[in-house]
Amino acid sequence: MTTPRHGWSEKRLESVIGMVLRVGVILAATIVLLGGVLYLVQYGAVEPDYRLFRGEASDLRSMHAIFGDAALGHSRGLIQLGLLLLIVTPVARVAFSVAAYIAERDWIYAAITLFVLAILWYSLTSA
Amino acid sequence: MNGLLEFTLWVAAGSFLAGLLGSLTGLGGGVIIVPLLTLVFHVDIRYAIGASLVSVIATSSGAAAAYLKEGFSNIRVGMLLEVATTIGALCGAYLATRIPTPAIATIFGLVLLYSAWDSAKHDTQVPIQQRSDPLAARLRLDGAYPARDAGLQQYHVRRVPLGFGLMYVAGTLSGLLGIGSGAVKVLAMDRAMSIPFKVSTTTSNFMIGVTAAASAGIYLHRGYIDPGLAMPVMLGVLGGALLGARILPEAEVRTLRVLFSVAIAAVAVEMIFKGAQGNL
Repeated sequence: MTTPRHGWSEKRLESVIGMVLRVGVILAATIVLLGGVLYLVQYGAVEPDYRLFRGEASDLRSMHAIFGDAALGHSRGLIQLGLLLLIVTPVARVAFSVAAYIAERDWIYAAITLFVLAILWYSLTSA
Repeated sequence: MNGLLEFTLWVAAGSFLAGLLGSLTGLGGGVIIVPLLTLVFHVDIRYAIGASLVSVIATSSGAAAAYLKEGFSNIRVGMLLEVATTIGALCGAYLATRIPTPAIATIFGLVLLYSAWDSAKHDTQVPIQQRSDPLAARLRLDGAYPARDAGLQQYHVRRVPLGFGLMYVAGTLSGLLGIGSGAVKVLAMDRAMSIPFKVSTTTSNFMIGVTAAASAGIYLHRGYIDPGLAMPVMLGVLGGALLGARILPEAEVRTLRVLFSVAIAAVAVEMIFKGAQGNL
């Protein structure tokens, strides 16, 4: 964790990562809560049905479509935007780590984190 | 259950309890939330897995921010092993569409049984390793953590390839079942790699968010993540886990852990049976 040569920057990386995670979760939870209140006001009396799996409509499945849906003020789109932000939070954490390891000239860990970032990116963008 | 409002409030309350118990017992919210949604609320297991994954990311990220401050997590070990868990998570998410639902329920039950057993027993401490392992040294994985009395306690990391392999399994289970699979992650670090227990648990938590994000993207595209269901689950589990983390230092968890493990084991058996009958 803290070898003398990397002690300072490693500590700083930890605090930056901690902040990214905290801000991401708080922001995501706030958006989900706002969307949730709106959703319940609009659909609170509807009968819930999750027994049968149908899958979500296409406007709630891809990054691009979720942005469009949330921008229109749709409550389900807004919740989905918050959830998307939550999923992206650990991705941002990895992206920050890549940058930090490159700045440290720690090429092994820069490559390791870059590989993880590529996997996460693939998962988010492949359909 | 009549009305979406009532349903949502019940799910939120149940998720809050799951998050609280998950953090107090160290089981995590995911392994509790999926049986809760499927067995109690009769939600299709695919929606349950989607909602659970999202809540797992929330609690892991929220807790990691706090743990990083304490200085226990070994982020190098975490970053390296995330290569294995994210590849595993992709495989798990792909397997999820090819494995029939009853089989998924059975695998879930078995993992639940293991987690319950693991939570009930885990008190044994792996002795600190004195020798350095060449591969671990090359990757500069050895670390130190703040010990209770004597400043920084140094430790050496061993058997990196074995830990890496087990992490792949943990990632696959996470992607397939929508759980954090903290129990398997801790097993890989604490048993296989001789990493001190507190370092293993906090580093495992650190990795869970990234692991879950790797499969959550795929589940999102597949339409498994329903906003109406994931909303109360995510907010409830997060709230419960935050409260749990706050009261954990003062709480007497030993008895709770054993009692809860027995309950979880019973739930596991029910999942296996219901899954086998095709009732999930």
